Amino acid sequence: MDLSYTPEEEDFRARLREWLAKVLPTLGPKPSPDDWPGRRAYDLGWQRMLYDAGYADVHWDASPTTRLIFLEETEQAGAPYVGANFVGLLHAGPTIAAEGTPEQRERWLPAVLRGEEVWCQGFSEPDAGSDLASLRTRARRDGDDYVVTGSKIWTSHAEVADWCELLVRTDSSAPKHRGISWLAMPMDAPGVTVRPLRTLAGSAEFAEVFLDEVRVPVANRVGDENDGWRVTMVTLSFERGTAFVGEVVACRRVLGELACAARENGRWDDPALRRRLGRLNAEFRALWRLTQWNVSEAEASGGVPGVGGSVFKLRYSHARQELYDAAADVLGPDGLDLDRPWVLDRLSSLSYTIAAGTSQIQRNIVAERILGLPKGR
Amino acid sequence: MRFQLTDEQRAVRDGMRELLARRFDGEALRAAVAAPGRLDRSLWRELGAAGFFALRLPEADGGVGLGLPEAVLVFEEAGRALLPGPLVATHLAAADVPGAATGERVVAAPDGRLVEWLAEADVVRRGAEGAVPLRSADPLTPLHRVPAPARPDPVAVLLTAAEQLGTATRACELAVQHARTREQFGQPIGAFQAIKHLCAGLLVRAEVARAAVYAAAVTADRTDIAAARLLADEAAVQGARDCLQVHGGMGFTWESEVHLHLKRAWVRAQRGGGGTESEELLAAELVA
Repeated sequence: MDLSYTPEEEDFRARLREWLAKVLPTLGPKPSPDDWPGRRAYDLGWQRMLYDAGYADVHWDASPTTRLIFLEETEQAGAPYVGANFVGLLHAGPTIAAEGTPEQRERWLPAVLRGEEVWCQGFSEPDAGSDLASLRTRARRDGDDYVVTGSKIWTSHAEVADWCELLVRTDSSAPKHRGISWLAMPMDAPGVTVRPLRTLAGSAEFAEVFLDEVRVPVANRVGDENDGWRVTMVTLSFERGTAFVGEVVACRRVLGELACAARENGRWDDPALRRRLGRLNAEFRALWRLTQWNVSEAEASGGVPGVGGSVFKLRYSHARQELYDAAADVLGPDGLDLDRPWVLDRLSSLSYTIAAGTSQIQRNIVAERILGLPKGR
Repeated sequence: MRFQLTDEQRAVRDGMRELLARRFDGEALRAAVAAPGRLDRSLWRELGAAGFFALRLPEADGGVGLGLPEAVLVFEEAGRALLPGPLVATHLAAADVPGAATGERVVAAPDGRLVEWLAEADVVRRGAEGAVPLRSADPLTPLHRVPAPARPDPVAVLLTAAEQLGTATRACELAVQHARTREQFGQPIGAFQAIKHLCAGLLVRAEVARAAVYAAAVTADRTDIAAARLLADEAAVQGARDCLQVHGGMGFTWESEVHLHLKRAWVRAQRGGGGTESEELLAAELVA
């Protein structure tokens, strides 16, 4: 058991910290949440800065520990989050890197790393949520194209994306997991319609995407035809790896701010509130240690994130909601004022036990894949 | 960063697990329950010979020369096996009570408002004056109440957390074993999501606690130890309760081993000033 970093890792941290201190003051103001073109430009611009400084591929090529340090330091310095680059850097990119042909990697990966193209994700459908494999968007072969018809939902950044990683059904007679293919669809293709979806937090953070006879070249298929489910699992395991490192760091900072706010408004004198915050301190410290544990395990196994990600996600998504519920407790009546800090975060936190696999699905995964309990009949 | 166990640490853990499987199996556990208040002195000496108490003493002083991470691993195994006795007090006395390191003498010490195993101990640490026996809820831990609370020692708190981690891990194993084999409605009850989700919760709490306990063993930091104890108490107490629930009616019987885990987890949760003190320490750290 060793929690220390190597001299090379410490050196990486020091150089990164120095670079962040130099460039962050040169960043323009953050665009407002409703300004989609502004958000796209801001997020791509940040990715370009990372690229120029040699940090662009830290999510892919760096060791898990280096990635951990990168995410920890950028969050602590208040650097922008991946934002619109999320799917390109953390879902589609790693999938193409793992499963794509050399031509496909050359076509799509440099544009993601240089901050030139935005990706979105077309997985879920109105009738295929937790049961993703039952998706019904169909792709019919017509010469060198697939002709795609159907609809996708919960697609973040669809308004400003250049590409969509799309799951389609290419064989409707096969068992549901075996008839799916993974396509890269250009978002400007004729027949693609994007309709923003307003969330309970009031903003349009994601969209529905309607596909009406959209032509996608067969050359845009990553992996074999009907092998898209396996290709997708590669993506999802990336999603459950180190994806939350920055957020845990951020939650620990918020918790400190909450305690200070409670001291200022007198709520700190309430022992029940104080102990609740103390317990959250234990919670997020433990989640940070679990992150280090998972990263260290990924390091030992050659960089492949394991099922430990489900354990982490289950606990973290719940803890995040607890954190913002505690914030409301600190704020009292101000907790209903959307202009106060943490109030919108509290609303957003409600998605954490649903997005990227509900807690109920995660518990099934833990019970069946880690504990070896039988699948339900 | 290599947070995982080293080969040497694995060997230490496996050695202790093997010793306890051989010397304190299910039959020995039932015998201990049938003869409350008595310690198996030959087992205690065997633990001493295996280095359980002298683990952290320097080799020059006849110890094993290992550190807190290794101590946490052997205490986790003790917790997992429900090993009875004032293990923490005797381990902490290894440096200054002759015979403690070798398991020749059993040492009891007040912790909070309680002393465990007072009547059976050869040496009782200070602060146990005026101790009064109570009828212990845990058949494997005789208890005395003391008038003045003892100051918690962070190492004692950490080793207790390690024992709780062992209980949490064992509770998860027992629940999963039962869920796989017990059949109702024509299938193993573990195929039902209601049972699956209880088992998943057991594992999640145990693994979060494991990360916290092992990290605190590495840093030996007071705040890390306080966090580890809160997570480990929760994993052990809630874990044993959920394990009991998964066992259904059998879990409510004296014959089943499950209640022993829950009762021991309750006893340990009282040590080190209870959870409240740790929560206050962690709260204070936020505004320090």
